[in-house]
Amino acid sequence: MTVLESMAPPTGGRFGDFGGRYVPESLVPACAALETAFREAWADATFHERLAELRSVYAGRPTALTPATTLSADLGITLMLKREDLAHTGSHKINNVLGQALLAQRMGKTRLIAETGAGQHGVATATAAALFGMRATIYMGERDMARQRLNVFRMELLGAEVIPVTAGSRTLKDATNEAMRGWVAAVEEAHFCLGSTAGPHPYPWLVRQFQRVIGEEARAQAAVQPDVVVACVGGGSNAAGTFAGFADTRARLVGVEAAGGAAMTHGRPGIVHGYRSMLLQDDQGQILEAESISAGLDYPGIGPEHAHLGATGRAEYATVTDDEAVAALGRLARAEGIICALESAHAVAWVLRAAGTPELPAGSTVLLTLSGRGDKDMATLAGVTE
Amino acid sequence: MKRLYPYLTGGITEDWTDYLLAYQEAGADAIEIGLPFSDPMLDGTTIQQASDRALRRGATVDAILADLAAVRDRITVPLFAMTYANLVFSDGPEVFCRRLAEAGVSGLIVPDVPVDEADGLSAAAEAAGVDLVLLAAPVTPPERLAEIAARSRGFVYAVSVLGTTGERDELAGTAAPLAARIKAVTDLPVLIGFGISRPEHATTAARAGDGVVVASALMRRVLDGATPGELLDDVAALRAAVDQADQEVPADHAHAEVSGDRG
Repeated sequence: MTVLESMAPPTGGRFGDFGGRYVPESLVPACAALETAFREAWADATFHERLAELRSVYAGRPTALTPATTLSADLGITLMLKREDLAHTGSHKINNVLGQALLAQRMGKTRLIAETGAGQHGVATATAAALFGMRATIYMGERDMARQRLNVFRMELLGAEVIPVTAGSRTLKDATNEAMRGWVAAVEEAHFCLGSTAGPHPYPWLVRQFQRVIGEEARAQAAVQPDVVVACVGGGSNAAGTFAGFADTRARLVGVEAAGGAAMTHGRPGIVHGYRSMLLQDDQGQILEAESISAGLDYPGIGPEHAHLGATGRAEYATVTDDEAVAALGRLARAEGIICALESAHAVAWVLRAAGTPELPAGSTVLLTLSGRGDKDMATLAGVTE
Repeated sequence: MKRLYPYLTGGITEDWTDYLLAYQEAGADAIEIGLPFSDPMLDGTTIQQASDRALRRGATVDAILADLAAVRDRITVPLFAMTYANLVFSDGPEVFCRRLAEAGVSGLIVPDVPVDEADGLSAAAEAAGVDLVLLAAPVTPPERLAEIAARSRGFVYAVSVLGTTGERDELAGTAAPLAARIKAVTDLPVLIGFGISRPEHATTAARAGDGVVVASALMRRVLDGATPGELLDDVAALRAAVDQADQEVPADHAHAEVSGDRG
């Protein structure tokens, strides 16, 4: 199997028992049209050329693979950091959004609708909308707007309309519901630019394909092939993109969830936001509210491909607490001079905890994706450390 | 005769079954009972609020079905449950449909299970003797519409508008053409729902289809504290509006009007 083909497209919209297209009838034709458009685009060399050009001249790709020399020495491992924090707009979210904006343009859509948690996907979407001359409507939970004010300001500066969502936990889960409602009402002119490997088919697959550039670049950049590949997981797009580059290698794949939003670790199968996957829910089937210091991981579900990778044993999933993530962010900053996002800090925290234990023996080579930079989290951190 | 299917969120108040009885007394032909879900993707503000209120009261599927069983002897109209996939699949569709049937619920509407995902649920519903109602939307292409109509049971639910449930000032222009398209491919009744907010909307929609589902306009009243007696009056007004469609419009006229809209 070639690298490009590793992690195949889902059969019938499913990854094993997970995935599917559980959406209102009003959205089914739009999902089907998107799938067709994506298949055509993905087979079209011109589309790939345009995407490659945008990645290089606009988004700043390839992003660096940085050896974490101090931490490596301290921990007795070889740690390499895939630097998505260096991508334009400050996170891996731009990879997916540029691909979807090109698709939306190809489909003749004039407006992008998106949900956002930490605001990184919202900023990326607002950015692409500005670049492509489209309107952007971003749904964001009121609680997330308060803790990620900087990103709200950025989105508005880019010309996007940010709509506060006041229902439920006022976080990513509710923003996703509201974005899908917004899409139902505007399905003919708007493209739903979904930010993670979640949602109805074809999104989990399409988003992973646009994010696999992370894993493919990292694989080509790494002088030594890693024993372990690790990334944080909320919906799971940076992890899915990273894993895609290594799925056909012998590397262990480790996804790190926030302890308060650990759908793989504490959930059971269910259906929400258009897909079947592992979900935090009560015994009646009501979806539970996640609780994480990291807005991007504060989500009760996980992408269906992760549920499948977990069920088949190809990937493993661990959890990290808020305190561990905050401590890891500080240690990475002081050791390597890199302030990563709170989301990414979960992956760092797992490495710090596991290094030197049977989970991650001394001498291991580890590739870790830093999904984004931490600027957006400074207010939250200042509140925690005061 | 044109049909009226009013909606009620199960468990919205302690005495919620009194509203059911009021709906029935006011002339409902069937009643849709919402089983509240935490993340109702296709619902607008009113039904979201109604669901949240019911959930905060501790309403569960079990409790709602138990309440229904208690008034079962007094309910003579068919009951349809409306809820979301996760509640249906939580213990498996077989268990869920059997529980509905045992509580006297004869139909089921699950807006986030489109026809492509309906195989397992459809079989489970049929085995339990429950009608699985499928929904059609203005954007549904013709071939798919025929499949939906062929696989739907009980009636076909025509979603009048591209949007969520919720009150609107005008009946959507997409309602009548959609109803006509569905009626052309099925003998099942075609009920129009979403945005039927006023008696005049009900009259217009009932002309185009075989009847209407009214949800948000009634649930807003319940949320505002209206009593079962007051809801009885509201449903009676809708009953009169729906009946008016029966009386005033000969079938060929209705057909001509619909054809005009399509063109």
